[in-house]
Amino acid sequence: MQDVTIHITDREGKKHSVLAPTDMAMNLMEVVRSYELAPEGTIGVCGGMAMCASCQCYVKSNHELNPMEDDEDAMLAEAFNVKDNSRLSCQIPITEVLNDLEVELAPEV
Amino acid sequence: MIKTDILIIGAGPTGLFTVFEAGLLKLKCHLIDALPQAGGQCSELYPKKPIYDIPGFPEILAGDLTANLLEQGKQFQPGFTLGERAETIEKQEDGSFIVTTNKGTQHHAPIIAIAGGLGSFEPRKPQLENIEKYEDRGVAYFIKDPEVYRDKKVVIAGGGDSALDWSIFLADVASEVTLVHRRNEFRGALDSVERVQELKLLNKINLITPAEVTALHGEDKIEGVSVTRDGETQTLEADAFIPLFGLSPKLGPIGNWGLEIEKNAIKVDTLDYQTNIPGIYAIGDVNTYEGKLKLILCGFHEATLMCQSAYKRLNPNKKFVLKYTTVSGINGFDGTRKESPKAVVKAIV
Repeated sequence: MQDVTIHITDREGKKHSVLAPTDMAMNLMEVVRSYELAPEGTIGVCGGMAMCASCQCYVKSNHELNPMEDDEDAMLAEAFNVKDNSRLSCQIPITEVLNDLEVELAPEV
Repeated sequence: MIKTDILIIGAGPTGLFTVFEAGLLKLKCHLIDALPQAGGQCSELYPKKPIYDIPGFPEILAGDLTANLLEQGKQFQPGFTLGERAETIEKQEDGSFIVTTNKGTQHHAPIIAIAGGLGSFEPRKPQLENIEKYEDRGVAYFIKDPEVYRDKKVVIAGGGDSALDWSIFLADVASEVTLVHRRNEFRGALDSVERVQELKLLNKINLITPAEVTALHGEDKIEGVSVTRDGETQTLEADAFIPLFGLSPKLGPIGNWGLEIEKNAIKVDTLDYQTNIPGIYAIGDVNTYEGKLKLILCGFHEATLMCQSAYKRLNPNKKFVLKYTTVSGINGFDGTRKESPKAVVKAIV
C-alpha cells in the first residue's frame, strides 16, 4: 500500500502538498483535519456523515473520483458557495487513484 | 431564578449522563440547551443512525441512546431550559455563578459544567446582502409561532424536511406560500414531497425550482424578494422570508466567558476537567487536552470524574467514598429506590 500525495489549498489560499495513507480507511476530510489545514470545529463538524457541508471542497484536477451518492448530492443542493466541481471531502475515500489530486477548501459558512 | 447544584450547559449525551453521576452524589442538576429537545447532535443530526462504540451496546441508535440516558437520570429529577442559549455568566461574591440565557432566564449554581459539544446550533444563513438588517423584520430562520404568518405572503427557501413541512403547514395559514429550492429534487420524506406536489397543483404552494433567492427588498422590513431561475430574475412581493438551510454548531457566547480556548475548544485540567476558572468545568466534545478524543464514551468518563471533583468542592470537609450502584442501590430524589435483590442464604442440612 502506497501513500498518495494530495495538493490542498486551504481557506487562506495557501497550498499544501501532503501524504495520505491509502490503507487506513481515511477520507479527504480526515486528511485535512489530520494535517490541521482548517481549524478544528470548522471542518467535519458532523463527523463525516454528509450532513453539514463544512468539508466542502472544489476539485481542481481531472481525477476520476468515486461518484456522488444521493446524500452527498442532496447536502450540496442545500450548501452555500457550491460550484460545478464541489464535493464533500468526507465522501472521498483516499485510494491510490487520488495521487496528485488537487483540491481547494470551500469558504467556511 | 432557577437554583441548582450543577448547571449543565448542553443536554447531549455527556450532559445527560452527568445528571446520573451527580445524582449518586446527591447533587441536583439543571440543563440548558439551545435546541428544543434533549440529546444534542444525537437527536438533532442523526437520531436514526447506529453508534457502535458505546460500551455494552454492540449497536444502538443515537435516538435510543438519548432516550436511555434520559431514563437513567430520571429519578434524579433534572430540570431543563430548552430552546434557549446560555449567553452570559456572572461570578457572585460567594464564588457561585448566575448564567442568563438569550431569553433572559436566570440560573444560579455553585458549579457550572459546560457540556456544549461543538457549540450551540445556529441556523445557517444564506449570504444575501443586508439579510441581518431584516432579521425579525420579516426574515426568520426558525418558525416559533406560525400564527405570525396568517394572511401574509411567505417565501421559504430550502430543500430539506423543514422547508417542506413548513410550506405544507403554512399553505393553510398564509395568504401565499412560495417555496424556492436550488434543485428540482427535495431531500425530504417521500410523503412530504408528494403533499407539496398536490398543494402545488391546487395552487396553494407556488413552487419555484431550480432557483435561488438572490436579493431582499424593503425599507424597514421585507417587502419583496428576488428569485433567480435560469439566469432570469423576478421579484415577488413578500411579507416574510424564511431560509431553512439547516443548523451548524458554533461555540458562540461561551467563547467570551474568559475561558482558555484552544482549537475552538475549552482547555481543561485532566485531573478533574476543570477550566481555568475554578468552579467551571468543561466535559465532552467541548473540551480539549493532550490526547483528547471526541467520543461519547470519553465524555461519560469525564462527567464522572468531574462530579467527584464538584462534590469535594461543595463539601470540602465531608468524608466520602466511591460507592458501587450494585452494592448501595440508587436513591432517587423522587423517593424511588432501586437495589439489587438480596441473596437468599439457606443452610444445607
